[in-house]
Amino acid sequence: MYNFNFIRPKTIPDAVKALATEDAVVMSGGQTLIPTLKQRLASPSLIVSLNAISAMRGIFLNKEGLVCIRGATTHSNVAKNTSYPGLSNMAAHIGDPAVRNRGTIGGSLANNDPAACYPSAVLASGASIITNLRQIEAHEYFQGMFETMLGEGEIITEVKFPIPMKANYQKFVQPASRFALVGVFVAKYSDGVRVAITGASESGVFRWTDAENALNKDFSSAAVSQLSLDPDGMIGDLHGSPKYRAHLVGVMTGRAVSQSLASNT
Amino acid sequence: MINVSVVINKKLCSVEVEGRTLLSRLLREQMKLTGTHIGCDTSQCGACVVHVDGIAVKSCTMLAVEADGSKIVTIEGMANLDGSLGAIQKAFQDHHGLQCGYCTPGMVMSAASLLKENPKPTQKEIREYLEGNLCRFTGCHNIVKAIFSASGQEVAALIAEP
Repeated sequence: MYNFNFIRPKTIPDAVKALATEDAVVMSGGQTLIPTLKQRLASPSLIVSLNAISAMRGIFLNKEGLVCIRGATTHSNVAKNTSYPGLSNMAAHIGDPAVRNRGTIGGSLANNDPAACYPSAVLASGASIITNLRQIEAHEYFQGMFETMLGEGEIITEVKFPIPMKANYQKFVQPASRFALVGVFVAKYSDGVRVAITGASESGVFRWTDAENALNKDFSSAAVSQLSLDPDGMIGDLHGSPKYRAHLVGVMTGRAVSQSLASNT
Repeated sequence: MINVSVVINKKLCSVEVEGRTLLSRLLREQMKLTGTHIGCDTSQCGACVVHVDGIAVKSCTMLAVEADGSKIVTIEGMANLDGSLGAIQKAFQDHHGLQCGYCTPGMVMSAASLLKENPKPTQKEIREYLEGNLCRFTGCHNIVKAIFSASGQEVAALIAEP
């Protein structure tokens, strides 16, 4: 790891100011950034930690009934929250307990790893991403593998989730990394169903609209059992071919629908 | 260099570190607390698990500067005050929960945080919680037994559990 300067500001404006330094990067839980630094894939001049900013942590329900999660809230804390069980259950299965104790929602979303769990929950829930500058809707936020709408030095301060009638996340785990080989988040709202897929596509998280249309007519695993997804554009690596991943998307979507009906969340 | 003040195993320490110094390196190289092991150095294996303010973390994936102002407990802090083995350590010894011992410090630290959250875990819960702690020798079965026993549950019942 190359050396760098380090600061832990106490407020969001102080963090934003520090990020104006040339080659400064922001760090939340560091569960992706530290491994990246170890491999010398990044060489920032300054790391600005968000971990001493109390306004960056916590979960609450707002007046509109949205679950608001501050950007530097850990996966463990989201897992313990009871207001959106489908989301908490997803957070409870990211990485392992020690990783969940450091990794954060904002960090995961800012990084937008194509195999991360959170992007699928955010997209399927139609969540809003709040930064120090603006509000970005989920359908605009994700711009492909590791690409987002975030600008230079922009910090995710909060994510707001509408609570669905039913939701479930099913992950087929790549056993070495514990990332999703394929992950499917299904969320049913009064205005329709959204199905968001992570881990599978070369363009990052996406909505499987064929499944959404079928589930809007009949919310059951049978409704998606005959659907197939085109393997073109799916990720192919030593863990699974594009065809295999496309097949898994169908299987995991069916399971997510069944589970959401069984668990009543 | 950055000054970091931490309480390690109930002892206040003030040390100078670089921005890039990992907590695992601070503990092992500067504090000479070599019980915390570095296995993979990529946050996969869990040999480096310590508690920071009561929460289990992989010390190879946390900057030492981030620990400033916190209370850290390492495997060296798990023994009883008279130096005898703590309950979890004793259970690992009684149930032969180790062979080479390399992963053991992390296993014990993870077990301690599991039992704090869930005092009577099932076998399945123990196995799930140890997902981020790898042992290449015992296949984990004796480790699971040790933790089950440390939770005050009868190990004979565990053998019956599928």
